[in-house]
Amino acid sequence: MRLPAFLENLDRRWIFLATGLLVLLPLLWPLNLPLEPSPPVRGYHDAIAALPPGSRVLMSCDYDPAMRPELEPMTRTTLRQLFEKRCKVVVVALYQGGALLVDQIVNDVARQRRQRYGVDYINLGYKAGNEAVLVLMGQSIPGTFPRDQNGADVRSFPIMRDVRNYASFALIVSISGGYPGTREYVQQVQGRFHIPLVAGVTAVTAPTLYPYLQTGQLLGMLGGMAGAAEYEDLRLERGQASHGMDAQSLAHVFIALCILMGNVVQWERRRREAS
Amino acid sequence: MKREVPLLLTAAIGLFMILSFFVPHHAVSVPADFLQQSAVIVVAFGIVLGGANLLRVNLEAVVKRQGDWPYKVVLIVSLVATVLVGLIEGRDFQAAGTRSTWIYDQVYSPMSSAMFALLAFFIASAAFRAFRIRTPEAGLLALAAFIVMLGRVPLGHVLTAGLPPALRIENLAEWIMDVPQNAAKRAILIGAALGVMATGLRVILGIERSYFSGED
Repeated sequence: MRLPAFLENLDRRWIFLATGLLVLLPLLWPLNLPLEPSPPVRGYHDAIAALPPGSRVLMSCDYDPAMRPELEPMTRTTLRQLFEKRCKVVVVALYQGGALLVDQIVNDVARQRRQRYGVDYINLGYKAGNEAVLVLMGQSIPGTFPRDQNGADVRSFPIMRDVRNYASFALIVSISGGYPGTREYVQQVQGRFHIPLVAGVTAVTAPTLYPYLQTGQLLGMLGGMAGAAEYEDLRLERGQASHGMDAQSLAHVFIALCILMGNVVQWERRRREAS
Repeated sequence: MKREVPLLLTAAIGLFMILSFFVPHHAVSVPADFLQQSAVIVVAFGIVLGGANLLRVNLEAVVKRQGDWPYKVVLIVSLVATVLVGLIEGRDFQAAGTRSTWIYDQVYSPMSSAMFALLAFFIASAAFRAFRIRTPEAGLLALAAFIVMLGRVPLGHVLTAGLPPALRIENLAEWIMDVPQNAAKRAILIGAALGVMATGLRVILGIERSYFSGED
């Protein structure tokens, strides 16, 4: 049977099987393909690297478990870089389904880096209200988040003693998977309070944020797992994202091939019909 | 009255919130803060209302034995069980080792991730069956998709490593994202922003009334 005829009758379960294998095999046997950090990723890394040691940073982690493979690696690497710079990290969440996940990730990294809760970092947890929460935080952060993720009074922690509003932070890091997320931070916070902002987002969201990169409203951006892997590369780490990139590489090439093969089938069919 | 009072309230609050953006005086900012705090509380109640509505709609479907009703039973049981477990555990329901955390870690989190992971399979299948290049515009779209998909992954970089820098796939992908993509995206953003402003004005002026009665 000729190739176009074979492809025309191809059962889609073969495509599922090929996709599964192309994702699974590089995870088991990594190819260790070289990474080349892009300018937005360098911008993200450099914005954090330029912070004076001990700066206070607001980190908004707005995602749920569905986006975990893309956003957890960048959350972890960002926290490691911030803790290395002895930054004081205040974490908030605007995604209802992700507050617990974010809490686990933040506590895990903090434990590895021997950071003290309430002194070096704090998790203020989830607050409903989307943009309204962002605007309220501009007036008062302890007023918007009177209690932390565990229900304790935030004013009782040393890290929150001088925190009033966005002006108390040297940088905002928005790790987001959709709405509410980075776009809302640009529109409601950066545009209004002019605080430096960097973002880590899913690959689907990244193209929508390029205009903000070009205007300088975003100092840097990590787009999806590729962005997270390039960030790990800049930090000379080989974490979850770097391991995942081999699988993503092969999956991308396979999808490109699928588009090509699908069109070969169509061209062949048209040619047959014409003749 | 039923119509005029909500319209008047909307207009007054809308204009006041616009004013608060430009006037930082406490006579304006304090009531504006109060209104924003009220919005947060309303949204929080909205979540409860949404849950109750979900329960009502699905219970109704189960009672009437509508199509797929067994799935709705699963939804209702899961919803009620999760809320009950959280209520029983009280304020510390999110602490490590609680049953709520177990439900989150062992049920919600893997199921949510699995649903998203399935996309990879469907995208590959759809790429083969649905992405047809029938016109020159579709050809351009496919070419851009090829370059960006391969330019975003290390394998693409390796494949074009021997070419001059301007022709390397990662640089071509970055150019597509920075120039044509950005130009189109910016136009969409500006158009959408103008649309939002126009809709906001229509709501404040009482021209757009669909938000409280479903009418135009």
